[in-house]
Amino acid sequence: MQGKWDIYRRLLGYLKPHWREVTVAYVAMLIATVLSLLVPQLVKRAIDSGLSTGNARALMMTGGLILLVAIARGLVSLAHRFYGDWLTFRVSYDLRGDFYISLQSLPFAFHDRAKIGDLMSRVTSDIGETERFIGSGLMSLVATILLLVGVVIAMFLEDFWLTLWTLAPLIALVWVALRFGGIVRPLFRKIQDQMGILSSVMQESLTGIGVVKAFAREPHELEKFDRESDIWFDMRYQSIKVWAHYWPLFNFILAIAIFLLLWFGGPSALSGQITVGTLFAMISYSLMLNAPVSQLGFLVNMATSADASASRVFEIIDTPNEVVEPVDAIALEKPRGEVRFENVSFAYQEGRSILREVNFVAEPDQVVALIGPTGSGKSTITNLIPRFYDPSEGRILVDGIDIRQLQLKSLRSQIGIVLQEPFLFNATIAENIAYGRPEAPLSEIIAAAKAASAHDFIEATAKGYETMVGERGVTLSGGQKQRLAIARALLYNPRILILDDSTSSVDTETEHLIQAALAILMKGRTTFVIAQRLVTLKSADLILVLDHGRIVERGTHDELLARSGLYHTIYDLQLKDQEDFLALQRGKIDEEHVHKAMEMATSMAPEKIIER
Amino acid sequence: MAIQSKSLQIERPEGDSGFDWLFSRRASAEEQERLAREEKIRDLLPDEEDNNVGRPYDSQLLGRLVTYLKPYRSDTIVAVVLMAIASLLSIAGPWLIGVAIDRGIRAGSLSQLRQWSAIFIIAALAEWLTNRYRISLMAYVGTKVVTDMRSELFRHLHKLSLNFHNNYSVGRLMSRLIGDVGTLQDFVTWSITGWTRSLFVIVGIVVAMFALNWVLALVTLAVLPLMILLTNYWRVRVRSAYRDTRTRLSLINGYLNESISGIRVTQSFTREARNFRHFDDLNRSYFDANVVATWLTAIFFPGVDFIGSLATALVVGVGGWLVLGDSLTAGTLVAFVLYVDRFFDPIREIAQRYNTLQATMAGCERIFHLLDIQPDLLDTPHAGTLPPITGRVDFEDVSFFYKPDAPVLHHVTLHAEPGDRIALVGETGAGKSTIIRLLTRFFEVTEGSIKVDGYDLRDVTMASLRSQLGIVLQDTFLFSGTLADNIRYGRLDATDEAIIEAATAVGAHDFISKLPAGYQTVVQEHGANLSVGQRQIISFARALLADPRILILDEATSSVDTTTEKIIEQALDRLMEGRTSFVIAHRLSTIVNATKIVVLDHGQIVEMGSHAELLAQKGRYYNLYTMQWAPQAEPE
Repeated sequence: MQGKWDIYRRLLGYLKPHWREVTVAYVAMLIATVLSLLVPQLVKRAIDSGLSTGNARALMMTGGLILLVAIARGLVSLAHRFYGDWLTFRVSYDLRGDFYISLQSLPFAFHDRAKIGDLMSRVTSDIGETERFIGSGLMSLVATILLLVGVVIAMFLEDFWLTLWTLAPLIALVWVALRFGGIVRPLFRKIQDQMGILSSVMQESLTGIGVVKAFAREPHELEKFDRESDIWFDMRYQSIKVWAHYWPLFNFILAIAIFLLLWFGGPSALSGQITVGTLFAMISYSLMLNAPVSQLGFLVNMATSADASASRVFEIIDTPNEVVEPVDAIALEKPRGEVRFENVSFAYQEGRSILREVNFVAEPDQVVALIGPTGSGKSTITNLIPRFYDPSEGRILVDGIDIRQLQLKSLRSQIGIVLQEPFLFNATIAENIAYGRPEAPLSEIIAAAKAASAHDFIEATAKGYETMVGERGVTLSGGQKQRLAIARALLYNPRILILDDSTSSVDTETEHLIQAALAILMKGRTTFVIAQRLVTLKSADLILVLDHGRIVERGTHDELLARSGLYHTIYDLQLKDQEDFLALQRGKIDEEHVHKAMEMATSMAPEKIIER
Repeated sequence: MAIQSKSLQIERPEGDSGFDWLFSRRASAEEQERLAREEKIRDLLPDEEDNNVGRPYDSQLLGRLVTYLKPYRSDTIVAVVLMAIASLLSIAGPWLIGVAIDRGIRAGSLSQLRQWSAIFIIAALAEWLTNRYRISLMAYVGTKVVTDMRSELFRHLHKLSLNFHNNYSVGRLMSRLIGDVGTLQDFVTWSITGWTRSLFVIVGIVVAMFALNWVLALVTLAVLPLMILLTNYWRVRVRSAYRDTRTRLSLINGYLNESISGIRVTQSFTREARNFRHFDDLNRSYFDANVVATWLTAIFFPGVDFIGSLATALVVGVGGWLVLGDSLTAGTLVAFVLYVDRFFDPIREIAQRYNTLQATMAGCERIFHLLDIQPDLLDTPHAGTLPPITGRVDFEDVSFFYKPDAPVLHHVTLHAEPGDRIALVGETGAGKSTIIRLLTRFFEVTEGSIKVDGYDLRDVTMASLRSQLGIVLQDTFLFSGTLADNIRYGRLDATDEAIIEAATAVGAHDFISKLPAGYQTVVQEHGANLSVGQRQIISFARALLADPRILILDEATSSVDTTTEKIIEQALDRLMEGRTSFVIAHRLSTIVNATKIVVLDHGQIVEMGSHAELLAQKGRYYNLYTMQWAPQAEPE
């Protein structure tokens, strides 16, 4: 458990590298406070010596002095304000950078669990809350406290007994402020959390708007929204009511102090025990607290919410990263591309193993096809090779070296991945292709695009390779995105390739192009394919048939077909149909084949499938 | 023990100091870097016009914002009145102190002193109570307005077409719903009464000063021209400075969002260091913009303080002279000095709120812009409810286009009897999706008509139409919540038994019951803990549970492994059974089993018939069919 003050201490750590600015800011603030305390003294002198004695010169002198003090105070408070805010933004810059670095290095396991909406709210609202406090907020808080102390000291110097009267209200003020902070703090956290829930509801409904509209479920979504929105309203309203209760109270307490000064100090002034100037100075000092005290509510609130927010930010920064490389990590240079799994088991969560004791060797340049039912562990195997996750047991070797001994970057720069739903960035087409090798010349980018059958459609866009992709640019079809992803992998030129030979929802011609591009990509690399196609399986050097996280069968297509195992079943159920097309394609398209195909089509009537 | 990985150790910029900025801004290496950075991100910044919130425009926005206060008019009026009272009471404070000193101490009357002190504390008490009530009133109104506006915006977004949503990212919508609406909240809660108070205090103090002594009042007001000069100088500069910070912050957040979404690709291609450098450029540029804004603020406030002190000095000088000449009492002078001090507080406050005002106006503009987008499709006024249908669909000479010279769909006539399976085939852009969007009335026909059971789609409400359509899109979106909840989305009142039945029918029951939590398994964001195939099957169960008469399906193929593929085919078959279905077909089984295959090209139907008929024609379909598996044969 973290102590109550640990978060604050850690936040102060962010100020440390900027100690020079901190020093200037706080010294300036101190001087400004002292100078402010001087003004009532000057006015007092004017009243007592100038007015009472009728000395016009003393009055003018005082006016001049007030002006001088004002100039000095202006200069120091300029430094105070500027560096206070400078620190605010500097800490926010540092925090945001730290946050980004840890987000980028956290493994897939973290990102599987995290929600974008939540992470974004930590960056936007939580860092905002934190920065405001640690920079100018903290300084204002210190300034207010200093002023409070300074005023009390100045008053004591002015008149000891009168000050004692005002002391009680001032102590009450501090007590009320602290109490206010204590009450508001949990409320604040609750509001933040509820806002998070409300955001998720909105985000989800908007992300799934297609489904919402398809099922005409708008009323249902609005109902969900209203429910969370109402809760949020109640919480927020309650918390502001607390605020309304306390905040004006601060100023009233000050008024009590002034009242006491008049009530008890007045008679002393009447009887001549103190001068009118002294009474004025005392009242001035109390009034001086007026503005800072109105801010006190904000400041206390800021301090407590910064505590909540900063802990949410640090939570991400501190998330332990299990995928790290040792200090003496080896650089993988020009690997042959042999991949070996030794007794590899893996579980995302304790007790739910996805892979169990997987053993196999992929020789350099071999094509290894992975096949098996959904959830059998195919994607997991491909995710373990680039160390997106670490196996729970066993080890994975590339060229005979345990990948945990390798420099992460050198390992991953040898592995190219083409997934089914390619992600493209908000950048130009050229930048997207060169994502893995940003320094690649345009000629190479074009060559990669050509090899990936992407060049033609890129040229057809308005700005060619400089066309923006994504939100602010053109919308690409699934097939086009996939070809860009293939070009991206080609340019990256990895020794080991991981891909999915499926093409989702594209028309036949596009599919043709994609398959051709994949064939080029696979040449001369150790390739792992999550295979859907008979052709891929037939040409694979090794087929691993997975079921429930185990390799149940292995061999080539012909070997496996000879046995009557799971592969055979899968073949019968699904792959066999593709044979006819292969035959059809071999250039023997004649009446007979069309006829055969038609027969096949009739034989695929659903009832028959179910029978099988 | 966590060892910091070397490859991820990214060079951070040196801890440069604020002094460099201050003392050697120009010509330093630091400045060169800054310029280079700004150069890099210039293209990313929105155009100037996008952010040009002009003065007359502000008042329009403000006027529209005020309409949101209408339902709470009485509360707002009470709050403003209370604010006025509180302001008067707070202005009365120094005056009462002055009177207490003059009539009590200087006149030597203890009873007068007591009396005026008591009046002072009563005024303070009254101020406390009115403020308390006022703040909770405004808190209510402010929070309510924000809730109303967010709700209006959220509802409005649900009325807008899919076309709109395809072009507007969720991230941007969310920043409207949370960020911009949030800035409004502060504005309504604090600024409205805040401005009122500032105004009252200024006017009140001026009146009080003139009442006390017009000479001193004029002396005080003599510094105003200086004040106006300072404010004008400041306002113009600070406005563009704040705008710069806002645009840069939105760049940062946009990039962050993208970085999180694309993290898997980034790690695969080991781009972390480079991405961080880009992020750092944006982050740094935001910091620089803030420093500029800060500098402007920093010079403004001491400026106000200085002018305030100048006024105090003048008042003390002139006032003292008057007191000596016996035309002014010392008490009045004291009160006056206190007033002068307070006179500048509201000015400071207004300046401090200036940034909030700017941010609010910018936010308002964006919100109103969204609210002003008219839904392109609304129910016609006379639209009735579509009664339960049998599932007959007729496209009568339907055309659709955005521009007359570029028709997307051209004179399409198509009839489907109840129970027919219509497979739509053709290349990307041939018009398959358009047919489906017209039938679901996500788009409206330009010419011709579409009828369901004889009812023209334009004569029935969209809700009643869609509730009888089952629409399964390619992108199988699952909501967070349990699997059972997701299936239940098809029919909200479905029992658990009905859900299991639907899941069983589409072959989902097997894998669901193997999950540790079964139907209560919670779906992660974007369904990350389920495979693509499993998500698809769940979406089928959802559609089956809705039991629509007409099924509309955008098939996504091959994105699943072979076993799942088989299950999906069976599920599809089960789903289409006894319903009229329109399928954008990619699966061979779907195509060959269709009652009618519709081959589209450039928005026109080029061939139509059964699989056997079309193969025999040896036309377009024959080509498509034989082409499909061509690439596989090559490596052999």
